[in-house]
Amino acid sequence: MIEVKNVFRHFESRSGLFSERRVVRAVDGLSFSLESGDVLGIVGESGCGKSTLGRLILGLMPPSAGEVLIEGQSLITLDRRERARLIQPVFQDPFSSLNPRQRVREIVGLPLAAQGALSAAKQRDAVMDMLARVGLSDAMADRFPAQLSGGQRQRVAIARALVLRPRIVVCDEPTSALDVSVQAQILNLLADLRKDLGLTYIFISHNLAVVEHVATEVAVMYLGRFVEHGPAAPLFATPRHPYTRALLASVLTPEPGVPIPDVGLGESYPDPSNVPAGCRFHPRCPMAIDRCRSDTPPTEPRDGRVTECFLAA
Amino acid sequence: MRPVLEITNLNVGFPDGTAAVRGVSLQVMPGETHCVVGESGCGKSVTALSVMNLLPRGARRSADVMRFHDHDLTRMADRHIARLRGDKMAMIFQEPMTSLNPAYTIGSQMAEVLERHRHVSRAKGLDRAAELLGKVGITAPGMRLGQYPHQLSGGLRQRVMIAMALMCDPELLIADEPTTALDVTVQAQILRLLKSLQQQLGLALLLITHDLGVVARMAQRVSVMYAGQVVESADAKALFAAPAHPYTRGLLDCVPIPGKTAPGEPLGSIPGVVPRIGEGYVGCAFRDRCAYAAPACKGEIPRNRLSPDHETICTRSGA
Repeated sequence: MIEVKNVFRHFESRSGLFSERRVVRAVDGLSFSLESGDVLGIVGESGCGKSTLGRLILGLMPPSAGEVLIEGQSLITLDRRERARLIQPVFQDPFSSLNPRQRVREIVGLPLAAQGALSAAKQRDAVMDMLARVGLSDAMADRFPAQLSGGQRQRVAIARALVLRPRIVVCDEPTSALDVSVQAQILNLLADLRKDLGLTYIFISHNLAVVEHVATEVAVMYLGRFVEHGPAAPLFATPRHPYTRALLASVLTPEPGVPIPDVGLGESYPDPSNVPAGCRFHPRCPMAIDRCRSDTPPTEPRDGRVTECFLAA
Repeated sequence: MRPVLEITNLNVGFPDGTAAVRGVSLQVMPGETHCVVGESGCGKSVTALSVMNLLPRGARRSADVMRFHDHDLTRMADRHIARLRGDKMAMIFQEPMTSLNPAYTIGSQMAEVLERHRHVSRAKGLDRAAELLGKVGITAPGMRLGQYPHQLSGGLRQRVMIAMALMCDPELLIADEPTTALDVTVQAQILRLLKSLQQQLGLALLLITHDLGVVARMAQRVSVMYAGQVVESADAKALFAAPAHPYTRGLLDCVPIPGKTAPGEPLGSIPGVVPRIGEGYVGCAFRDRCAYAAPACKGEIPRNRLSPDHETICTRSGA
C-alpha cells in the first residue's frame, strides 16, 4: 500500500545572520512498507521528525532524496487531485485546520468540489452521508466551526478527510488537543471507520498508551530514524531498544501508589542539527558501550522487527 | 495540624453570566499534594487563579472562607495579596515560554523575585538563583543565569520556572498543568523533581491537571471537578479503588492503559458535551450525560459522605 524507500528530508537553518548554516536532519534515511488495512503508529518525542515524515507521505513536501510509493505509484508523479483521492490528512488542532468563515457543509464538500466530478445534488448527498458516518447530525451542516466543540470540529476534519473515500489517512496527533472523554470518542470513531471503509492509517502521536490501543505496527522514531519498528503487540510486550523501554516506562498509568519512574535518560536533549556519530541515541543511553559511539547499529530485522541497537541482539 | 490553604464555598462568575466555579471547598495540608482534576472548562484553573488573586478583570469572586495560613484572602487588599504572591505562595503555569520574559536573562528574572520581596542585592539574588538551579537539576547553573529563555529546551524552562517559584521559600506552590506541554520522558523527570522538592521543603502543593496518570502518581488527596463543582473528593487511593461519582468512573474508563485495556476494543467514553452553566443553575450538571440519571437529578443534589475523607455530590448516595 505504502512504500517508503530510503527517504531523507534535510532542512537548512541559520540561528543568526552571520552564523554558520546548520543542516537539520529531520528524516534521515527511512525505508519501510505498510500493508493495506494496517495502522502504523509512529511515536517519539518532539523534534524526532514524525510530523515531517507525515508531510512527506502526504506529498505536502518533497523528500530531499528517496521516494514514496503509494499503490506502486511514485508520489511525485501524481498530481494534487490524484493524490487527494488516495491519501488525506487529519491534523492535531481542529481550531486552526478548519476555515472559520465556511459552514460545515462547505468545509466537508470542498474536496469534492475541487475534484469537480459530481453534480451539486450528488455532492450534497455525499457530504450528508459522511457527516452521518462521523456522528454529526444534519443540523450541524449549517454551523460554523466556532459554533462547535473541539470534538465536533475534529469530527468535521475527519469527514472532510474521508469524503473522497481515500485509501490512506495520515492522522497527526488527532486527539492531543482534546479532553480525555472526547479523545475516547474520536479514537472509537476512527476504529469504526477503518473497519467500515477499509482504511489504512498512519497514526502519529506522542501518547504511547493511545498508540498501543490503535496500532497494528509501531515505529519508534528518534532523530529522524526508526530505532525500533515491528508488529505492535510483541513490540509493546518485549521492547528491545533502550529508548523504547524508556518511553514505555515514562507512561504514567492511573495506578496510585506506584512511584514516578526514573527513565534514566539524563539531561542531554536530542538535537537534529547535531546528530551524534555511531548510534544516535548513545549520549542518552544508560547502557551505551564503546562501540555505540563509533559504529552504526544494525538495521537487519529479527522476527519481523528492526531494532537499531547493538545490545538488542 | 492546620491547613496551609483553606477554601470554603468559593464561587466565581464572569460578566457573560457563566458560573465558572460553584461552591468549591478544599484544603491543602502542609507537605501534602492535592490534585484538582477535570476537563477543560471545569473551573480548575479559575479556582487556582482565585487563590492567587489573578482572575481576569470583571470576574466576581466570593467565598465563605479563603485562607492562606492566617491571611484572610477574602478581605485582604489587592496590593497585600500581591506581596504574598511569588513570596509565600507561588505558582507555575503550563507554558514556561509564555511565563518567562523573553527579553531578560534567566538570572535577572530570578534575582528580581528576591529584590522585590526581600529587598536583597542583585548579587545575592543571583547566588540564590544559582543555588536553586542546581537544586532543580540544572547542570552548569552559573552559565544558565546568563542565558535567555529561548536558548533553553522546554524541560529546562520548566525547571527554571520551578526554581523561580522557590526563590522565597514558599509554603504553598500552585502548579497548573506543569507538564502538559512536555514530552513524556521529560514529564517523568519534572514530576520526580516536584515530588522530591516537596518532601525536602515540606511544601504544600496544589496540582491542577487533566491527566489521571499524573494524579495517581502525585496526589494524596484528589478533587474531581465538573462544570464548576467538586463532584467528588477523596483520598487518592480510595478514589482510584472505588470511584463513586459516575463522572469520575466515566473519566477513568476513557483512558487506555497499556496492558489493561485490550488493544483495538472500544474505549469507554462519555457521550455528549459539557452544558453551559449560568448563574442559578439547579440540579446535577452531569445528568444529561449520565447513564444513571433520574428525575431527582433535576433538583437539589445531596452531598454524601461515604467515609471520613470521601465525599461526592450525587443523588445515588450509596453509588
